[in-house]
Amino acid sequence: MRNWLRETVNRRHLLWGSLATASGFLIGGAAATGQSSHAERGSAPPYDANGAGHHGAHGHMITVGDVGNARNGFDPTSLLTDWNTGVVSSLPDGRTLRTFEIIGEDKEIEIAPGILFPAWTYNGRVPGPSLRVTEGDRVRIIFQNNGSHRHSIHFHGIHSARMDGIPGAGEIGPGEEFIYEFDALPFGCHLYHCHALPLKRHIHKGMYGAFIIDPDPARHPEQADVARSRLLGTPENREWQEFVMVMNGFDTNFDGENEVYAVNTVAHHYAKHPITVIRGRPVRIYLINVVEFDPINSLHLHGNFFDYYDHGTTLTPTLRTIDTVMQCQAQRGILEFTYRAHETGLYMFHAHQAEFTELGWMGMFDVVEAAA
Amino acid sequence: MNDRAGPETVVASPRPPTVRPGYAFVLWIALPLFLLGLVATWLAVSDPLRAFNNGAPPVERLTFERRILDNTGIHLRVRAGGSEPITIAQVQVDDAYWTFVQDPPGDLARLATAWIHIPFPWTLGEAHEVRVVTKTGTTFDHEIPVAVRTPEAHSSQLVPQAVLGAFVGIVPVAIGLMFYPVLRGVGAQGMSFLLALTIGLLAFLFVDSLEDALELAGEAAVAFQGHVMVVLAAIISFLLLWVIGRRRGTPTGLGLATAIAIGIGLHNLGEGLAIGAAFTAGAAGLGTFLVLGFTLHNITEGVGIAAPLVKEPPPLSAFVWLALLAGAPAILGMWFGSLAYSPQWAALALAVGAGAILQVIVEVGVYLWRLDDRWKSGAVPVSVFGGLVAGLSLMYATAVLVKV
Repeated sequence: MRNWLRETVNRRHLLWGSLATASGFLIGGAAATGQSSHAERGSAPPYDANGAGHHGAHGHMITVGDVGNARNGFDPTSLLTDWNTGVVSSLPDGRTLRTFEIIGEDKEIEIAPGILFPAWTYNGRVPGPSLRVTEGDRVRIIFQNNGSHRHSIHFHGIHSARMDGIPGAGEIGPGEEFIYEFDALPFGCHLYHCHALPLKRHIHKGMYGAFIIDPDPARHPEQADVARSRLLGTPENREWQEFVMVMNGFDTNFDGENEVYAVNTVAHHYAKHPITVIRGRPVRIYLINVVEFDPINSLHLHGNFFDYYDHGTTLTPTLRTIDTVMQCQAQRGILEFTYRAHETGLYMFHAHQAEFTELGWMGMFDVVEAAA
Repeated sequence: MNDRAGPETVVASPRPPTVRPGYAFVLWIALPLFLLGLVATWLAVSDPLRAFNNGAPPVERLTFERRILDNTGIHLRVRAGGSEPITIAQVQVDDAYWTFVQDPPGDLARLATAWIHIPFPWTLGEAHEVRVVTKTGTTFDHEIPVAVRTPEAHSSQLVPQAVLGAFVGIVPVAIGLMFYPVLRGVGAQGMSFLLALTIGLLAFLFVDSLEDALELAGEAAVAFQGHVMVVLAAIISFLLLWVIGRRRGTPTGLGLATAIAIGIGLHNLGEGLAIGAAFTAGAAGLGTFLVLGFTLHNITEGVGIAAPLVKEPPPLSAFVWLALLAGAPAILGMWFGSLAYSPQWAALALAVGAGAILQVIVEVGVYLWRLDDRWKSGAVPVSVFGGLVAGLSLMYATAVLVKV
C-alpha cells in the first residue's frame, strides 16, 4: 500500500496513472482533486517565478548572505593582490636572498556564508600567502608547524631532493620547524602545497598557495620588455592590473565531492564584490588550479578573449585568443587581456564546468573608466 | 550471611497497620523530588559532561517532512534532530546554490520545524535534488523524483476526496457485507471456514499495517524513535480495545463484528492517509487501476465483518453502521493526509490500526475455538485450515493489484 506513496514513483508510473485517470473516469471527482490534466499543464507553466525578483546577474542561483572577512582574517578581494615578497637581503655573491616565514596552523574558516570549514592553513589563510620572487633569487622559507598534523611545503620549481617537502625530505611534525632553501627557477606561475600524507586531505584542507617567479629581464635580453612588464615593481609592471586566482574547492561532508567551489576560497565572493578593472589598462591573471576530487577545472571569460602562457614559463603566449582555458590539478598559467575596446560594466568569469559555477566558482569584473 | 537460618527467622510477626500522619506522606514525596532538583542543579552548574567533550561537532539531523511545489518554487518543511540546534547555512538545488528564505529564521532547536522556501524554476515531470548545507558543512538531501505541482489544500477538494475515500473504503465493505445472505446459508463447517478466512485476511492486514507503520517511522525525525513508538502504540491500542471489548465478556455476534469493523476502520484510516499524502506529495495521477485494486482488496474486509453475524442476525441498520465504521475512516484519512501529513503521525495511526487488528484476530480466534468441538480432540479442522489459507491468499492476490 505504501509503495505508491513512496518516492519511488517514476515517470512511467506517473504517465500511466495520468492516462488511466484521463481515460477511465471511474471516479468522477478524481480530476477535481487537484490533478491538472495535460491540457491545463500546457497553458499554465508549473513555475512562473522565473521572470520576477531576479537580483544581480545570477538571479536566484547564488548563496545567501555574505562571509565575515573579519572572522576569517582575510578578504578575498585583497587576496587578489597582496604579494608577499619576503624579507630581502644580499648574499655574499651579490645575489638577492628572500626569506619567508610561514606558520602552519589549524583554523576554522568561512568558505560560504554560514558554512564553516575546519581548515589547515599556511599563515591562517586559504590560499596561503602569494609568494613572489625574481628569477635567480635565493629563496629561504622558514616553516613552523603549529598545526595538529604533520605538514610540509612542496614547491613546484627546480630544487634538490632534500628540499622537496615530501615525507623524509622536509615533512615535519607539530611543533617542529624546517627551512627550505633553493634558487628561484624557472620563472613562471607556480604553486606550493603540503605534501604530507594523505595527500588529498592535506590539499583539500587548504594547504596551498601561489608561488610566482618573475622573469629577470637581464636574462632575457631579446624579450626584456615583456620580462619587465612581469617583474613586480617596474614602471612597466605598474601599468598592469595583476591578480592571483587560486581555483579551489571544499568537501564539507566527507563524501569525496566538493560542496563549495571558488577562486580564492569564498564561494561567489567576486560575484557579490566584483573585481574593479580600469578599462584602459591591461589585465594579467596568475591562475592556479588546486581543486581536489575533480580532475579538471577551467576559467571562461565573458565578452572577451585572452592570451595564455601555460605555466607562465614562456614570454610568448602558448595559446592565443582563447576565451576558455582548462587546467588539471596543479596546472597553472598566466592570462593576459584588456577591456580597452569594451564598454564599461560587469563582465562575468567562471569555470565552464557548469556545476562548479553553480556551486560558487563564479565572479565578475567591474570594468570602469580611470578616475580623471 | 547465614543462609541456614530457619524459617522462623524469615517470617515477620504480623504487625498492626500503622496510621501515618498526613505531613509524613507529603514529606516522603517532597524529599525525593527535592533531591532530584538538587541533582539537576548540580548537573547544570558543574557540567560534569565537559570532561567528555572531545571537540567533535554536535551530531546534526534534519528530516524533510513536507514538500510543496508551486508556481513560486519549492517549499520544504524540515524538522531538526540531534543534540544541538542546527543552523541552516545554504541550500543547493541540483548541485547549485540557490537563494532561499527560512521561516522562521535562525537556529533550529531540537524537534523544531521550519519552512524553507526556494524560488527554484522546477521542471514538470523531471527529478530534482535539494541539498541543505548546515553551518558545519553537513549536508541533508531530499529527492523530488517526479516534479509535479502540489495540489493546493483547498476546501473544494474535500468533497472529491470524500468521494474517492468512500470508493476505496465504504463501497467495498458494503459490497462485502452484501454476501451476508449467502453466508447465512452455510453450515457449521462453512462457519468455521468463514471465521478462519476472516482471521487470515486480518493477519495479512496486521502485517501490512505494521510494516507500513515501521517504514513510515523510519522516515520520521529520529528523536521520535519511530520504531519504538509504533510497537508501543500497537500494544497500547491492543490492550485498550481488549479491555473495552471485554467489558461485557467475550464478544460475539454484533459485538465481535463491531470490533472487527473498528480494526479494519483504523487500517483504512491509514490507507486514506497514504492516499491523501500521495496527492500532497504530487503523485497525483494514482490511476484507476490502483483505486480499483484497493476496492477489490477491501471487499474481503466486508466478508470478514459479516462472518460473526451469521448466527445472530442484527437489524438491517447495523450493516449500514458497520460499513461506515469500517469504511468511513478512509475519508478522514484522506482529508488528514492531504492537509497535514507528517510521517510520524501516519505511522502512529497505522500502529494503532495494527494493534486493533491484532485484538480482533484474538477475539475471532477465541470465538472460533468455542464454535468447534473438534479442537477438543486435538485436531485442526480442515475448514479452519482452509479458511486461513484462503484468507491470506485472497488478501495477497488482491494486494498484488495495488503494489506498484
